[in-house]
Amino acid sequence: MEAAMGLMRRIPPKHTETALSALLSLMPNHSSDLLSQVDQPLQVLCDVDCGKEFILCEYNRDADSYRSPWSNKYHPPLEDGSVPSSKMRKLESEANEIFAIYRDQYYEGGSSSVYMWEDENEGFVACFLIKKDGSKTGQGRRGYLEEGAWDAIHVIEVGPEEEENTSYRLTSTVMLTLTTNNEASGTFSLSGSIRRQMNMKLSFADGHLCNMGRMIEEMEGKLRNSLDQVYFGKTREMVCTLRPPSEVAQMRMPES
Amino acid sequence: MAEEEEESELSDKQKVEIAKWFLLNSPPGEIQYVAKDVKLILNDDGLFNEAASEAFPLYNKSHFIVLPMSDRSGDVLVTSFGELEDNAYLDPRTAQVAIVDHVKQVCTGVRPAQDEELATAYIEEFRFSLDAEILKYVEDVYPKGVCSVYCVNGKDTEGPGSDFELAVVISAARHSPQNFCNGSWCSVWNIVFKDEQQTVEVKGKLQVAAHYFEEGNVQLDAKHECKDATLFQAPEDCALALSSIIRHHETEYLGSLEASYLNLPDSTFKDLRRKLPVTRTLFPWHNTLQFSLTRDISKELGIGK
Repeated sequence: MEAAMGLMRRIPPKHTETALSALLSLMPNHSSDLLSQVDQPLQVLCDVDCGKEFILCEYNRDADSYRSPWSNKYHPPLEDGSVPSSKMRKLESEANEIFAIYRDQYYEGGSSSVYMWEDENEGFVACFLIKKDGSKTGQGRRGYLEEGAWDAIHVIEVGPEEEENTSYRLTSTVMLTLTTNNEASGTFSLSGSIRRQMNMKLSFADGHLCNMGRMIEEMEGKLRNSLDQVYFGKTREMVCTLRPPSEVAQMRMPES
Repeated sequence: MAEEEEESELSDKQKVEIAKWFLLNSPPGEIQYVAKDVKLILNDDGLFNEAASEAFPLYNKSHFIVLPMSDRSGDVLVTSFGELEDNAYLDPRTAQVAIVDHVKQVCTGVRPAQDEELATAYIEEFRFSLDAEILKYVEDVYPKGVCSVYCVNGKDTEGPGSDFELAVVISAARHSPQNFCNGSWCSVWNIVFKDEQQTVEVKGKLQVAAHYFEEGNVQLDAKHECKDATLFQAPEDCALALSSIIRHHETEYLGSLEASYLNLPDSTFKDLRRKLPVTRTLFPWHNTLQFSLTRDISKELGIGK
């Protein structure tokens, strides 16, 4: 498995899906480990009942069907598909509504979904997902990107409500690709994936959604900055190391 | 009920293809690491060796890898332009042929080139002058660059009257695995000397790659193609004009890469995710108290529902 994870860190992020399916076929005995540890770009389905898209992941899957967070129904229909308790479902519904607004504010489009379920420790787990296609043929407002994808997966483990504070453990993964293509500078493509964790103990006074929302917002901001400045910055540094920009352009003019 | 996935056994051929795919898609300077992981997963040395023997030569040539020659007389570039046989690569500058072990990525031997492997004196004049100018350019501009000029067409041309083609290859790589960062710059310039028109047509292909993987995996993949032309003159004059053209285009390309990076934070990235909402404040989560939360937020943000 270590070798498999090593490979996933080296293969170009745009080939993640191909790499994962290759690994799954080479190591069928490790399929559940691979599927839970390797993040791949998110897929969406359309909830025909309400005409909205919802995101697919292991957390809303039962057999080969996926549960829509809007209608709480499985696609394709599944008898006795597992659903959250009604208390959980209420929170989950609210979360979906609010998160959709948050998503629209930051992403100006895209799809989002939230799935929640109770865990054995009297707490619960919530998974917030966002998928944005920012290419100019997708929902890229400014038309810069030939190709552009942002996939975010935030999983929060919420501890049981204690006296003063509740504990929240957030694990976030962001996968992104951006490609620009023009006559003057050719194809420029950056892609990457990073994963981070954040633990917090917060008062229940503001409510779970507020606490989780704030954590996610903070995390997304950090990840965006980190990707932009640190990660992409390092690749830029590498380019300048390979070929330092010349201080004085010294051009030998051909003798005419 | 959950359907059980069929445990379909992969054929040997399929396994080899998968192994090859991983090897060929390794970032610059990382194929040996990838090879180690693939070998472990494949768990079949015979199949791995088969995949490696097919993948490594392709990888080495497409990445223009640089190998020190076994007699320490310099470096040799592994490219399809200089390939004489599967594992023999010509270094025109020293008129030597390097024998290469692709999988180990080393030069195992060197021999002088034979006459029929080299270009004629007429062609060599052009090749040599250009090589000298390119060498100066590369030493000036690339801290760790290696270059070579090959005759790829018409190497047996005895004198004026025919077209011929040279190829300039520049390869610079930086491997810093301890810093979790690797990168490479490759440029290939195809130069066609057209005798009848007395012009020289230049086509360049530039490729830059970088990989940073400290607690993450981020890769740059950039490509560019360009064209230019100049007059067919005496070898030295051509060399000066051509190296000037190459320098110009490559410098310009570096500039446009820089510009792409500068545009990232505020423009390009914005199409994916803004730094802040249009309101320029953080999202008002605190308004999410009861059921009416959605309505409150919509009101606050001025969105009609």
